[in-house]
Amino acid sequence: MHSILLFDAALVLEKSIFVVVLFIITLTVAAYATYGERKIAAFFQDRIGPNRAGPFGLLQPLADGVKFFTKEDFMPNAAERWLFILAPASFMFVACMTSAVIPWGTELTLFGKPVSLQLTDLNIGVLYILGFTSLGVYGIMIGGWASNNKYSLYGSIRASAQMISYELAMGLALIAVVMMSGTLSLKEMAIQQAGLNWNIWYQPLGFLIFFICALAECNRAPFDMAECETELIGGYHTEYSSMKLGMFLFAEYINMFVSCAVIATVYFGGYNFPLIDPGWLGGLMGPIVMFAKTFFFIFVFMWIRWTLPRFRYDQLMRLGWKSLIPLAIINMLLTGAGVLLFDK
Amino acid sequence: MSLAVFLILAAASVLFALLVVFTKNPVHSVIYLILAFFAIAGQYVLLNAQFLAVVHIIVYAGAIMVLFLFVLMLLNLNMDTEPTQTGRWKLGAAIAAGMLLVTFIGALKGGIQLSAVTDHNPQVGLVQNLGRVLFTDFVVPFEIAGILFLAAMVGAVMVGKRDVTI
Amino acid sequence: MQPLTTRSKLVVDKRMNFWERIYLPAIFKGMWITLKHFFRKKNTLSYPDEVRPFAPVWRGWHVLKRDEQGRERCTACGLCAVACPAEAITMTAEEREKGEEGLYREEKYAAVYEINMLRCIFCGLCEEACPKEAIFLTDRIVPSDYVRQNFIFGKELLVEGTTPEKRIDVTKRQKHIQEKITK
Repeated sequence: MHSILLFDAALVLEKSIFVVVLFIITLTVAAYATYGERKIAAFFQDRIGPNRAGPFGLLQPLADGVKFFTKEDFMPNAAERWLFILAPASFMFVACMTSAVIPWGTELTLFGKPVSLQLTDLNIGVLYILGFTSLGVYGIMIGGWASNNKYSLYGSIRASAQMISYELAMGLALIAVVMMSGTLSLKEMAIQQAGLNWNIWYQPLGFLIFFICALAECNRAPFDMAECETELIGGYHTEYSSMKLGMFLFAEYINMFVSCAVIATVYFGGYNFPLIDPGWLGGLMGPIVMFAKTFFFIFVFMWIRWTLPRFRYDQLMRLGWKSLIPLAIINMLLTGAGVLLFDK
Repeated sequence: MSLAVFLILAAASVLFALLVVFTKNPVHSVIYLILAFFAIAGQYVLLNAQFLAVVHIIVYAGAIMVLFLFVLMLLNLNMDTEPTQTGRWKLGAAIAAGMLLVTFIGALKGGIQLSAVTDHNPQVGLVQNLGRVLFTDFVVPFEIAGILFLAAMVGAVMVGKRDVTI
Repeated sequence: MQPLTTRSKLVVDKRMNFWERIYLPAIFKGMWITLKHFFRKKNTLSYPDEVRPFAPVWRGWHVLKRDEQGRERCTACGLCAVACPAEAITMTAEEREKGEEGLYREEKYAAVYEINMLRCIFCGLCEEACPKEAIFLTDRIVPSDYVRQNFIFGKELLVEGTTPEKRIDVTKRQKHIQEKITK
């Protein structure tokens, strides 16, 4: 009766393997993003960074993981027990879910069978990503509230207000792209941007807005109001320790990875690159280009973090509501006019 | 298969909806409400209306419930601060809710049809079809809803505006 | 009023123009600065692996020297303890017994010689006061510890060994001092 419930075993197997592979890749990238963050921060500050664990400190993420697991798992007396445990789990879950709709490449020929390099081509991929990023805030909010600590609560309240404010501008910036490409599917967006026909040339303002909002949604500096060590001593994760804290921090890096991948897909042509056919090397060229772009944006995220100071909270709100949303609406109107004038 | 999924989702949504009402802690209520929304979004997916499902999650679970939670956290409601309701208030509330129920039953009694929708087009929930329907058949209600939202927004700004400009 | 510093800046609260208000040029400028630092030579020294060379005048962990025949030079005269401004040095003198001529050069020697490294300010006055050329400051760093008691260094930590490889070289600093005096 309904197409989504009809499945064949081979497809299920293929997709299951892909899920596992994608999961492993996501976790690895996130783990090495923590290493990259420390290394890049060090380089920006004329230091060397972690270099004791393995060559160039490459085993540092493993060491960090072992450290997180072996630390005392402390729970405050007055905490809401179940919600306190649920919060980091849900944060992690939501962070991992988002990568399902990102097209990492065209097709990979494995065992003589073409395998799509996208977990699922939802016809509403963009909305799916918006939906799951909007859910990410629950982990922070519930965690902060369940800790029963006023600093944590401040962190959650800030996080929720910030998320709501920046989601609007983010959605409006994305709508302009959707209007231009006429689809909500990320796969079709990537196909339309073949060669150097990237959306960034048509949507520079939209990209800027989206990028700023992505920083805010990932709780990255200069928008890391929710943790804000200097004011809130860690904010929503003040009371967290051991792997629960690790999950929060880790999920943040997964979020960063996924949002960088979304930026690369939506504005920078995804797996397309001029003069490079994404089908080369049996389809491996697409993912390589895609990952290169994603890593570049992760680098930019870190670059910004180690350059800019944190916003004050009222400045953050003013930027969101009084600058980005009007700009996004103007961008949307201009795009609408452009589509009417030139396309049809 | 889809019937089983439907039954599970239906049971879950009813269960979570009941838990929303019967939980003492307001924050727990909000979380159950979010779970209920997820169950309902699952129903939309079953009807092949992914757009509605995702928008439902973005708008209700992602934005409105965040605001709910935000306010609840600020208020910090718990047993100690909860004002004890007098019997008179409880009676009034019961009468008001009962009248609302009677109104609903009266309104739905004539129009309700429990037979399954047979001519259900599985493509109707897709974005293109939904957009076409919204901007042709339902353009007047759609625009009126838009004006309503605009008015609500202006009103909210007016309420939120301080008397003293800094 | 006199300005307190020559580097004071006059703060002007003027309205920002459009480019200043959108902050983006300032942000890009800042990012350019950090990017330059990204490719700059790093200042870090991986300490235990690489050691920065000490200045020739460096005054660290003391040594009680032996003479060429491996006998302790110190005669426990107490001049170092007197000279010490931080009063970090204590000692107990004892008479040399028959048969101990191979151990101690003078007829009196320090049975106990202690320097409290937490009190010591490494000024080098003990070295200057010593008439027997027994105590010298070297370029070794006093290691850290968790227990205060362990910072009271006795003879086992101060007296150098007898074998040639256990001798502690103090010539670098002494040569530098001599050059300075002759100059």
